[in-house]
Amino acid sequence: MTPPPLTPSQTIGPFFGHALPFQDGPRAVAEGTPGAVWLRGRITDGAGDPVTDALIETWQAGPDGHFDHPDDPRGEAGGSGGEPGGGFRGFARCPTDADGGYAILTVKPGPVPMPDGVLQAPHLDMSIFARGLLQRLVTRVYFADEPQANDSDPVLRSIRDEAARATLLAQPGGDGYVFDIRLQGECETVFFVV
Amino acid sequence: MTRYQSDHGVHPPLAFDEYRSTRLRAPSAPLRVLPQTLTEVTGPLLGHGRVLASDADLTRQHPGEPLGERIIVHGRLLDGGGRPLRSSLVEVWQPNAGGRYAHDGDRHPAPLDPNFTGVGRCLTNDDGRYRFVTIRPGAYPWRNHDNAWRPSHIHFSLLGQAFAQRLITQMYFPGDPLFGQDPIFNSIRDPKLRERLVSRFDLEATVPEWALGYRFDVVLRGREGTPFEQPEDE
Repeated sequence: MTPPPLTPSQTIGPFFGHALPFQDGPRAVAEGTPGAVWLRGRITDGAGDPVTDALIETWQAGPDGHFDHPDDPRGEAGGSGGEPGGGFRGFARCPTDADGGYAILTVKPGPVPMPDGVLQAPHLDMSIFARGLLQRLVTRVYFADEPQANDSDPVLRSIRDEAARATLLAQPGGDGYVFDIRLQGECETVFFVV
Repeated sequence: MTRYQSDHGVHPPLAFDEYRSTRLRAPSAPLRVLPQTLTEVTGPLLGHGRVLASDADLTRQHPGEPLGERIIVHGRLLDGGGRPLRSSLVEVWQPNAGGRYAHDGDRHPAPLDPNFTGVGRCLTNDDGRYRFVTIRPGAYPWRNHDNAWRPSHIHFSLLGQAFAQRLITQMYFPGDPLFGQDPIFNSIRDPKLRERLVSRFDLEATVPEWALGYRFDVVLRGREGTPFEQPEDE
């Protein structure tokens, strides 16, 4: 017997808007949670046009840097199995609007260690799905107002090109932070394979 | 710390010119490697309290029955080590029997079916099994190239148990004559890899005088360093 072969990805297509978004999807924390901020951004394509049929998902640690998940050996994040009963879900899902915009309500996560114990700067993992993307794109959202933590973050440090690194920094502004995503071309966002 | 196996070479390339929508959307820079840390090996365990048993029967979400060929789509959600993924969210969506989605953006001039939304969800059971009752989706035209038609398909969204396992894919039906001209299906260049997206007709799951059965297993990345688990006989 050989292990079962992995299933390949296919595009989400343009017609998921009545299927995947859910009412409190964009809120990783309940409204009114102390420290809650909106993370907002626009997704544009290689021509600079808004991507109006994308879906983004985010996943992150709680303010204490812990994950509410059995594979986090350090205990619970004070959440409730990925549901917002404890006020923190860690996960958000939001479709883009007619302007290519998305917005999620969350809290800034605490520091999460690398496997070797070195602390990472506060960050969110983000998946981007859209028509024309045959597999998801993965990026990371860091916070521009954490310069010290960012300077010592192993992932950010591995990106030598400063302009590329800057695409991963959410800028403070408005009612939280702004994180725009450029899929292709000039100022293209840094994307990862996990 | 937990680590997930590589899925290198499994997924279609981001840049695939025959699929026109990739041209302005596929990143031009090569992807960078993100080391797996706790953020990547954990993930949302969503669904409890959100999924009703009736969400898995797409033929009973309205007062009347939808038109079309009633089918049962079932299978297992496994990881690359052969282990079932339990209590994991499976979301599906599809067009109706005429090939039209209940989505405002779909302009295909086929009739909407007032008794069919084409959206389902369920949590896998302790064996990683899921099961939907639905209608066989119709093929539909799109504007990718001259006289382009998508083969019948059902969209599948899987959360798995970790950010590293997240997958969205499409399930196809065996022997579809439209495979040869579909760039989305053929963006997966290896025919053996493509076959993994084709369900198989399942006489055992077929309910006499009621509905045909199709089997579609989905395999997400497994944990490294844990022994392969023999699947049970079926």
